[in-house]
Amino acid sequence: MNIVNFTPVSAFLGGSLIGLAVVIFFVFNGRLIGISGIASNFLTSKINRVDNFLFIVGLIIGPMLYKIFTSQEINISISNSFYLLAVAGLLVGAGTRIGGGCTSGHGISGIGKFSLRSIVATVTFMIVGILTVSVKNLI
Amino acid sequence: MNKIISLICGIIFGIGLTFSQMIDPAKVLGFLNIFGEWDPSLAFVMIGALIISSPFFHLFKDNKKPIFADKFSYSNNKELNKKLIIGSSLFGAGWGLAGLCPGPAIASLALLNLNSVGFVIFMFIGFYLVKLSDLTTQAR
Repeated sequence: MNIVNFTPVSAFLGGSLIGLAVVIFFVFNGRLIGISGIASNFLTSKINRVDNFLFIVGLIIGPMLYKIFTSQEINISISNSFYLLAVAGLLVGAGTRIGGGCTSGHGISGIGKFSLRSIVATVTFMIVGILTVSVKNLI
Repeated sequence: MNKIISLICGIIFGIGLTFSQMIDPAKVLGFLNIFGEWDPSLAFVMIGALIISSPFFHLFKDNKKPIFADKFSYSNNKELNKKLIIGSSLFGAGWGLAGLCPGPAIASLALLNLNSVGFVIFMFIGFYLVKLSDLTTQAR
């Protein structure tokens, strides 16, 4: 193992902002943030549809505001393979709905309320994610 | 009022993802590359988020009411079952393939990147297929 590109301070501060969003949503609206739940319920359920829509809009506006106020470019590097993105998108969409949560729903909100279910889910997707990346590196 | 809160929370969450660089799939793949060139940053994102949020879940539980809603509404599902493991494994595989999970994928639409648009479309197809097949586990 070789540690590279480690940015603990910005990671911790960005994570704290995510935590703040989770707190506000919980204390004011009484709901837990899980992005896969919010996004899929927006698509498939009438309950809280406007709230869920506005959350998604906010999630997209956030990076735009960051860019405007810090005048920093946001660089991402994402796969160019259509097939890889299609398969990965289907797996992420279906997997999070079958498992009832994603990195935010299980990994932050669920673990935050000490749910064993969420701890098991988070350990599972992390292990499979690590295995997937390791196998991909071998190919 | 809770509609404005939803919008604000989405914005703060999106800024958090950007500031922590979790919006970048390469950063996430670096975290999952534990046996190679490892970037532990994602763990610090989770620690930051948990330190801020976790105390509130335990302070505001049960008898108190949220400020702009009648009651707290979230899943109290405690079941450890096959669906949880299978679903989380499928998600882990997709996450490891592209380095994208739902939050960063949607936030990255801000960058008008066609590849993230493609991923998000297929992610929504995934949501919909599960809904059709009635396998959904109630959202948290």
